[in-house]
Amino acid sequence: MSGMHHDSHQAGTESYAALRTKALESLLVERGLVTTDVIDTVVRAYEQDIGPLNGAQVVARAWVDPAYKQRLLADGTSAIAELGFGGRQGVDMVVLENTPTVHNVVVCTLCSCYPWPVLGLPPSWYKSYAYRSRVVREPRVVLREFGLELPEAVEIRVWDSNSDMRYMVLPERPSGTEPLSEADLVSLVTRDAMIGVAKVQVPATPGRG
Amino acid sequence: MAVAPDPRITAMDEQGALPRKNGALVFEAPWEARAFGLAVALNEAGVYPWRDFSQGLAAETAALEQQGAPASYYERWLETLEKLAIARGLVTLDELDARTAEYVFSAHHEHED
Repeated sequence: MSGMHHDSHQAGTESYAALRTKALESLLVERGLVTTDVIDTVVRAYEQDIGPLNGAQVVARAWVDPAYKQRLLADGTSAIAELGFGGRQGVDMVVLENTPTVHNVVVCTLCSCYPWPVLGLPPSWYKSYAYRSRVVREPRVVLREFGLELPEAVEIRVWDSNSDMRYMVLPERPSGTEPLSEADLVSLVTRDAMIGVAKVQVPATPGRG
Repeated sequence: MAVAPDPRITAMDEQGALPRKNGALVFEAPWEARAFGLAVALNEAGVYPWRDFSQGLAAETAALEQQGAPASYYERWLETLEKLAIARGLVTLDELDARTAEYVFSAHHEHED
């Protein structure tokens, strides 16, 4: 240990750890190993670019722009890249459209392949053996456990991700959202809806009715 | 410079997993974000493979647990980064201690003039 717990060194509002970090950064910058700008860029990229928000933006764009939606369903990887999101090369994104008659749900039966560039980190249940094994066998039952009751007439399609192919669901746009802006629509789209274990809900408007 | 989040970093498992809230990264203080950015930027620059960092972090966590010394996630992160930088010959412990002492000194005195 080289002094991480020297709390007595705390000075002003900057902790010892803060000063130690600053010292390390300044030495590495002086040596040309890294620049302050690059560190800023990295932090911003990781703070903003991860998480289901990316996927929500893709979905909202597809809802308001029919031409984009067409491109998205034809070639998910390129259409998602149009919005600036992308993962490692060699991993293709396929976007599956939910309709009144077809409901898609995504799983990775082998491990936990997940479209992280658009959905961030997988929830723990996605990685569970129970979900991975059961959603293929009895999707209707599993979806019901998630609180999603689908009419018998709706066909459920289960898509098994792998190392070359990642799936994302394009949920149905809920009725009543016609007046909403693209930005407002983004905030309605949830991670679970893009995995296919939920529908996008319109929040009840308080103070009315 | 465009940076795409690297799944080897974003998907570290168990105790190595980055602290998050509702999917987004959480930094309790600005220095945590700097320490995060520094470690990731060095990896992006090809200074070390991420595996070296993640293994170092796991080893650091295990060692602290054994000692019964509690440390926050980013305290362990910083310690890992420091050790890796020293092991790779990027800095020496003496330089780092000296530079830290300078900052500690000026932090103590900056409100006194």
